[in-house]
Amino acid sequence: MAFFQMKKMILAWTFRKPVTTSYPFEPRKICPGSRGRLDVKISECIFCTICDKRCPTQALDVDKVNKKWRIDRLRCISCGYCVEVCPKKCLLLTGDHGIPTVTKEMETF
Amino acid sequence: MGQRTIIPFGPQHPVLPEPIHIDLVVEDEKVIEAVPSIGFIHRGLERLVEKKDFVEFVYVAERICGICSFIHGQTYCQGIEEIMKLEIPSRAKYLRTIWGELSRIHSHLLWLGLMADAFGFESLFMHSWRVREQVLDLIEATTGGRVIFGSCKVGGARRDITPEQMTWLLKQLEVVEKEMHLIVDVFMNDSSVKHRLCGVGVISKADAISLGAVGPTLRASGVADDMRLLKYAAFGELDFEPISRTEGDSYGRCAVRCAELFQSVDLIRQAAAKIPAGEIAVKVTGTPSGEFFSRVEQPRGEVVYYIKGNGTKNLTRFRARTPTFANVPPLVKMLGGCELADVPVLVLTIDPCISCTER
Repeated sequence: MAFFQMKKMILAWTFRKPVTTSYPFEPRKICPGSRGRLDVKISECIFCTICDKRCPTQALDVDKVNKKWRIDRLRCISCGYCVEVCPKKCLLLTGDHGIPTVTKEMETF
Repeated sequence: MGQRTIIPFGPQHPVLPEPIHIDLVVEDEKVIEAVPSIGFIHRGLERLVEKKDFVEFVYVAERICGICSFIHGQTYCQGIEEIMKLEIPSRAKYLRTIWGELSRIHSHLLWLGLMADAFGFESLFMHSWRVREQVLDLIEATTGGRVIFGSCKVGGARRDITPEQMTWLLKQLEVVEKEMHLIVDVFMNDSSVKHRLCGVGVISKADAISLGAVGPTLRASGVADDMRLLKYAAFGELDFEPISRTEGDSYGRCAVRCAELFQSVDLIRQAAAKIPAGEIAVKVTGTPSGEFFSRVEQPRGEVVYYIKGNGTKNLTRFRARTPTFANVPPLVKMLGGCELADVPVLVLTIDPCISCTER
């Protein structure tokens, strides 16, 4: 029966750099294609409210009359459904995951 | 005869970060009886299904579990597609197979880490999770999410894997496979690990069948039963043989999961070689009317979805029977007569996911 089977792995990793990073000081490498923060090119938006109606978590609030596009960042689950249904393709998910927030206010564009 | 004492295990317990409560009736150091109780995090999914659109509900289904999220979404989509008689493109079936197997690898590596943690082997735990992190990177690059894949939809897949990504994925998998060999070697051959696992919590073949065990718990007791044999997604076109062991103890269950890691890598390779070009989704028109039982193999075992629609956009009935729920009776059987110190290891050998169980 083998005893202390892990010795090789432990010895090898003693001389390697740690795989973890000191996160807040060293930002995470953005993975291309990751579903992160929702961004809107507001100049191209026609305020059709399709994204508002389809959002599974009701994170979006689009005002057709006053031409306002609002998002509740804490409700958004970055599923990408709005990006799919947008007729003008002016919504996109960036790989970046955004900064922590302390308020529950909606962001207005 | 010693005095009987009842020791509560959970819902908050350092070995298992999920809320299951077990009353352990202990005599000296031996557990005589275990009485489980669940229901701490019931989320009322059956009611929610009546409010959500059937297309949107896939997001909720994916969030039933954080580890086998993709397979929950897949099971739901397969059920709806079956009710609506939708034939999804072949490429989408292969994509689902690849992501399903990636999720199996990451789930088993997570379990191996937790298991090492339960028997007090901290460095093995860290190394298992280090390798799992590489698998999560593969998942993030191909689907966009690390834990919630969000790439399955009714009618096919939401994303495609480009040929360049596929080549990169296979190359990375080779690296992961090498690392997994090192870790599995420790689990299978190290004397201290074997000392904690061999002969602990034996479930005989007859018991496993009569108590309704599923997944690796069942396969470790000598029953080669796997839902992938139903040939859903692309499994009909891949070479697949379920892995089973005859020991029926904790070591057997660990060995089944270790072997399944390499089987999943092999299945991904086969799928990548055979994946056809073409569309990844079909347009969904109409609403589901009818009912269906959808059965899919998750990393933890067989999951059963009952879906019923009445022709409106909201479903009328939805129920999920998750593998952990089916594995609770075998767990109770295992706990009866074991040593108190073995309880954490035994609870973990069924790979419990309590959030799944209570939905």
